[in-house]
Amino acid sequence: MINQGEILSTIKMIESENLDVRTITMGLSLRDCVDTDAKKSCEKIISKITSYAKNLVKTGEDIEAEYGIPIVNKRISVTPISLIAESSDIKNYVCFAKALDKAAKEVGVDFLGGFSALVEKGFSRGDKILLDSIPEALAETDVVCSSVNVAGTKEGINMDAVKLMGQIIKKTASLTKNHGGIGCAKLVVFSNAVPDNPFMAGAFHGIGEGECVINVGVSGPGVVRSAIKGLKGLPFDQISETIKKTAFKITRVGQLVAKEASERLNASFGIVDLSLAPTPAVGDSVARILEEMGLSTCGTHGTTAALALLNDAVKKGGVMASSHVGGLSGAFIPVSEDEGMIAAVKKGSLSLDKLEAMTCVCSVGLDMIAVPGHTPAETISAIIADEAAIGMINSKTTAVRIIPVPGKDVGDTVEFGGLLGTAPIMPYNKESSVDFINRGGKIPAPIQALKN
Amino acid sequence: MRAILTVIGKDKVGIIASVSGVLAKLNINIMDINQTILQEYFTMIMLVDCSNMSSSFEQIKTELKKVSEDIGMDIRIQREEIFDSMHKI
Repeated sequence: MINQGEILSTIKMIESENLDVRTITMGLSLRDCVDTDAKKSCEKIISKITSYAKNLVKTGEDIEAEYGIPIVNKRISVTPISLIAESSDIKNYVCFAKALDKAAKEVGVDFLGGFSALVEKGFSRGDKILLDSIPEALAETDVVCSSVNVAGTKEGINMDAVKLMGQIIKKTASLTKNHGGIGCAKLVVFSNAVPDNPFMAGAFHGIGEGECVINVGVSGPGVVRSAIKGLKGLPFDQISETIKKTAFKITRVGQLVAKEASERLNASFGIVDLSLAPTPAVGDSVARILEEMGLSTCGTHGTTAALALLNDAVKKGGVMASSHVGGLSGAFIPVSEDEGMIAAVKKGSLSLDKLEAMTCVCSVGLDMIAVPGHTPAETISAIIADEAAIGMINSKTTAVRIIPVPGKDVGDTVEFGGLLGTAPIMPYNKESSVDFINRGGKIPAPIQALKN
Repeated sequence: MRAILTVIGKDKVGIIASVSGVLAKLNINIMDINQTILQEYFTMIMLVDCSNMSSSFEQIKTELKKVSEDIGMDIRIQREEIFDSMHKI
C-alpha cells in the first residue's frame, strides 16, 4: 500500500491548494464537413460535433468522481473554420459560428475554439471573409472562441493582418460594449500558434492533427506556491528542484486523466500541456509564486528572472511525467484571471511594458489585458506587432488577448465574471504608431528560420 | 478496480463500524487498513477492492456521503491510480 504521507499530500493538494485538471479538450477535424452549400456544411458540423462529443462532459465528470480530482472545463477545438467555410460561396461566416455555438451548447461544453484563420503569410479568400466576420460572430455567440495566427518564425509577420486585427478588436469591443467588450476575451492573435493547444481562447485543431484527439491542460499554481513556501532564504537551485518535483506530480495527474479520457471517448491521446494556469481564486495565482521567491510585489525588478526559472522548472519536471507533451506548455500570466496579477496592477507595480518583458520568457503573451476604450486601433496593432516579433525571433508562441473596454479609462475596472475574472484598466503609451502600422506589407522571416 | 478510502476528522466511537458496514453492504472488500490519531484527529486510510461491488462508483460516493454526514467526518474515495501515478515512477 502507498504510504500514508503520500496519500495525505495528494489530498491536501486537491483540497487546499487548488490542484485540478484545467481542461479536457477534444480536438476534432471538421475537414469532412466541407460543402459548396454553407447551410449543408453547417449541418454536417453540428452533426459531427454532437456525435463525437456527446459523451465528453459525462466522461469528464465520471473521471472526476472516480479519481477525486476536479476537472474544471470540458472543451472542444475544431479545424480552423476559414479552411472549412471557404468552399462555400457565402460572403459572411457568422452562420458557421452560430452552428458551432449550437453544437457546443448541445453537448454542454463551456467553450469551443476554432473560429480561426492562419494568415501568417497571406490571406486566402476564406481567410479574409472569416476575419471580417469575427466581430459579429463573437457578439452573436456565447461560447465560440476565435484566433488568428499573424506571424511565425518561418513566415515572418503579416503586417496587413496585424493592422486588420487592431480594427477587428476595436469593432468586437464595440459590438459587445454592454458586457465590457467581452467579445475580445474570446479572441486571440498569435505568433507561432500551436495546433494542439487545449486552452481557450486560442485552441484550434491543427490541420496535421488526427480525426479526434484528447488534449489535457493541467494546473496547479497553488501547489507550486505551497511547495516553495517553506524555502525562505534558500538559494534558487533548491527552488528549481522543488518546482520540478511538484510539476512532475501535477503532470502525472494530467497524463492519467488524458489517457483515461481518450480511452473512454475512443479518441487518440494527443498531448498534456504543462502550462501553469491560474484562476481568479485566492491561492491559485502565478504572481504569488513569483512573490514567494522574494519579490514584494509581482512586476518589480527581478520578476522576469523569477518567471524564467518557474517556466523552465515546470517544463523540466513535467516532461518526464507525460508520454506526449505539447500545446503551449509554459506559465500563463493572464492579468484578469490571476488574483496576484490584478493586485499588482492595482498597486502600480505591474505595467504593460513589464508584462511584455515577461512574455519573452514564458509561453503566452499579453493575456486578458484591459486598456481604455479610446485606445486607437493602430496602437492595438502595434502592441500585437511587438508581441509577434518576440514570438518570431525567439521561436516561441506569443499571443495578444487585449480588451479595449468601451467607456472605461485608467483607474476603472471591468468585471467579466467566472474564470475570466476582473481586469483593472491599464494605461498604454500615448505616442502614435499610426504611420508605422499604415505601412502594411510583411516583415520578412528572420535568419533563425533558415535552419536547413 | 482498487480504491483508496480516507476518513479524517475528530476521533469518536464507531467510525470503523460505520464505514465498514457500508462497504460490506456494497460488497466492497477491505484489503488493508492504516489508522493513526494525530492531535485528536483520526486519520484512517483503507485500500479497498471494488471489482465485485454491487453498485456504481457514483452510488458508493452517495452512500459514503451519508455516512460522512452522520458521523461528522470527511470521507473520500478515489481510485488508487491517482496516488500511484503521482508518487511512483
